[in-house]
Amino acid sequence: MTTSPVISAKDLSLTFHTDDGPIHALQDITLDIEKGDFVSFIGPSGCGKTTFLRVMADLEQPTGGEITVNGVSPEEARKARAYGYVFQAAGLYPWRTIGGNIRLPLEIMGFDRAAQDERVKRVLELVELDGFEKKYPWQLSGGMQQRASIARALAFDADILLMDEPFGALDEIVRDHLNEQLLKLWKRTEKTIAFVTHSIPEAVYLSTRIVVMSPRPGRISEVIESPLPKERPLDIRDTPEFLDVAHRVREGLRAGHAYDE
Amino acid sequence: MRNVLPVLTVVAVIFVAWYIGAVALNATWAQDNAARAGVELSFTELVADTLSQDKPKLPAPHQVAVEIWETTVEKNITSRRSLVYHSWITMSATLLGFVLGTGLGIALAVGIVYNRTMDMSVMPWVIASQTIPILAIAPMIIVVLNAIGITGLFPKAVISMYLSFFPVVVGMVKGLRSPDRMQLDQMKTWHANGIQEFWKLRFPSSMPYLFTSLKVGMAASLVGAIVGELPTGAVAGLGARLLAGSYYGQTVQIWSALIMAAVLAACLVGIIGLAQRLVLKRMGMA
Repeated sequence: MTTSPVISAKDLSLTFHTDDGPIHALQDITLDIEKGDFVSFIGPSGCGKTTFLRVMADLEQPTGGEITVNGVSPEEARKARAYGYVFQAAGLYPWRTIGGNIRLPLEIMGFDRAAQDERVKRVLELVELDGFEKKYPWQLSGGMQQRASIARALAFDADILLMDEPFGALDEIVRDHLNEQLLKLWKRTEKTIAFVTHSIPEAVYLSTRIVVMSPRPGRISEVIESPLPKERPLDIRDTPEFLDVAHRVREGLRAGHAYDE
Repeated sequence: MRNVLPVLTVVAVIFVAWYIGAVALNATWAQDNAARAGVELSFTELVADTLSQDKPKLPAPHQVAVEIWETTVEKNITSRRSLVYHSWITMSATLLGFVLGTGLGIALAVGIVYNRTMDMSVMPWVIASQTIPILAIAPMIIVVLNAIGITGLFPKAVISMYLSFFPVVVGMVKGLRSPDRMQLDQMKTWHANGIQEFWKLRFPSSMPYLFTSLKVGMAASLVGAIVGELPTGAVAGLGARLLAGSYYGQTVQIWSALIMAAVLAACLVGIIGLAQRLVLKRMGMA
């Protein structure tokens, strides 16, 4: 039970057919994500990292190979509400309060009112937004809105968190803070996290494994295991170990001809 | 308060143009009368005459104002001579037609958004329905409904509905499709069903579009009700007032009915605008 991977992809391919001919968004992706992993996907635009995440979430259908999530197909996993998905934009409904937004998936999933209240309170504490339940999204900063959207993804206790560049639109200072919070949250909740990013420092700081991808066709060029300890203060980013991993990621991106446009 | 002056300026310009128009258009009649009586009119007499004729080609604003005053304030509102009574008749048909049209419009929009067959087939018919002149189809509706024993308010409301559902369909199709791909994907990740997606995402998202459509629909509905009153044999309503006025050359009566219709439309659309402001502000969308 504990040995089987949470997400397992084997020879996974996805080809989009467009008017300009086929686009090989993903080709021969083989990867296992174990329980409790924090896996980052990094690579330039068009390398398929977001597409891969969307395949895990059953938002795109692969055209070849196999993938299982929690041992079942992505569709079954989605219907069993196995994962929470955090998009690049917070996507909070302006007509709902922060609490109401977090309540939204709970209403859809049929939690009763008391359970909703309890969960909203709990996840708001988890992302350090307690006291903001009655506020409306426009009353919050961009970083706080994204934290609320993470709380919403956590509210129904899915074991897997899929995050698609959740901090991409935020400034560096806010991003550092949220990265630190996300690590704390990951440690407390022991979720399995798949995290798409453009940023090398972000990927290295957060991850237990970093998957380097390259475009045309979208494929994995390298998987780097991080030797960094689970306990990671922000200043770990100045240690030689951190810089070494960052260097390897950069080399991996270069080796995949990622940036030779 | 800053926009009071421009508004007053425009109103003043309209009144000046109206008075000049009244003098110019009614002068011939005044001159002819004077010629028959064998008198010569001075300019002042001419102007005074053109602004006080019984059946002028274009009544002066104050004549219309006096007529409106006499037929609203000074008449019992249950009287057949009261413009308030006629406005009420027209407004009740307008409102019923507006409610029916809004309902039909929303229902069609939901069908178009959720059903592929309807998406491909309904819209051309909806557009075609609006290319038929309402004046041509209104008598038919009245006659057909009369034949099956439906008379009075309802046939007029049907014509109102016929005109007012169109903007609602167009607006609501756009509104219900306004959630972006991310919002729809998000719903999918929660395994929301169609009904949940509709009530929690699509319908609230469509509110700005709905209110804009309702404003257009309300105005169209009033036009429909007035047109519907024309072929009913001029029993009651603003349309009947217009028709009776044109039979007997009562231009003052026609103009006062027209002004009344405009005021009514402005009030009804204004109420929707107010509701729009309140609702959208409440929803954080304004």
